[in-house]
Amino acid sequence: MNRADFVEGLRGGSAVALASAPFGALFGALAVENGMSLSEVAFMSATVYAGASQMVGIELFGHNVHAWLIVLSILAVNFRHVLYSAALARYIGHFTPVQKFFTFFLLVDPQFAEAVKRGEAGRPLTFAWYLGFGIIIYIPWVLISVVGGMLGSFIGDPKAIGLDILLPAYFLGIVLGFRKRDNFLPVALVSAVASVLAYHYVGSPWHVSLGAAAGIVLAALLPLPRQMPDLEADALQPEVHEV
Amino acid sequence: MEFDLHMALVILAAAVATFATRIGGYILITRMKSIPPRMEAALNAVPAAVLTTLVAPAFFIGGWETKLALIVALFVCLRISHTWMLVAAWAVVMAWRHAIGA
Repeated sequence: MNRADFVEGLRGGSAVALASAPFGALFGALAVENGMSLSEVAFMSATVYAGASQMVGIELFGHNVHAWLIVLSILAVNFRHVLYSAALARYIGHFTPVQKFFTFFLLVDPQFAEAVKRGEAGRPLTFAWYLGFGIIIYIPWVLISVVGGMLGSFIGDPKAIGLDILLPAYFLGIVLGFRKRDNFLPVALVSAVASVLAYHYVGSPWHVSLGAAAGIVLAALLPLPRQMPDLEADALQPEVHEV
Repeated sequence: MEFDLHMALVILAAAVATFATRIGGYILITRMKSIPPRMEAALNAVPAAVLTTLVAPAFFIGGWETKLALIVALFVCLRISHTWMLVAAWAVVMAWRHAIGA
């Protein structure tokens, strides 16, 4: 384990931990409001560890929906992670199986975004950096969700203190981080329109999968940029990113 | 601190489903000998396509204070930083709700 990389990971992840703390607290508060106990809150944050889908999950728990539908909804919200792990594959070929297990367990949105950013910048994606970045988000997330559950009754209406805007604003920031990519604008526009239409006509949480599919299919159909063969060769040789 | 077994099992199933999505793409892509250019382009579009679906409906169903806050957040994020973007979005929403009402 490279100590410097681990510390750099901790430093980078701590900003994400701070930004996600309000959502962890909000999750705990809303979960308790929907009838969860504090131990169940901790159990869900520690095992599922996926903010948006945890929110969807507790909303459905509160409405006594069938178990299979809850699991299916969480699967739909998290379906994007299939694409994350596929996109990450080219950078983690040198990880051991145990390291890969933890890599995938910790693969939340900002973790993916930062790992890919690092890989694309040509910096080595070490497990030490990845783990440091991951656990500094994971541990506070579990703890803060329990604290939120304890404070839940004091928060009352999350809209009254403006908490509801933080999640979409946060995701907007991550989207903009990818604005220099090929076809960013058409992909984002098509996904935006498709997700709004799906939200309206199909319903949540399917708008996530359907909207994303629209943008991804568009990207696959648009004309390819010229330097593609290089990228392909790069993808075939994940070992070039090894330390 | 009661622990409902049924709920715990549902949470565990949700955790397994989530982990399956997080490893599934890796398993699929490493089974393939090479990545076709079109799939490469599709993979490169994943972050923008997915994350947009978490923002656009919130803008669409949100009130005017949410719409304004997200527009302000967009410009702050492009000009200044992510952290200030969150502060700005929050400030717009709070100012609107306390001055005009939700």
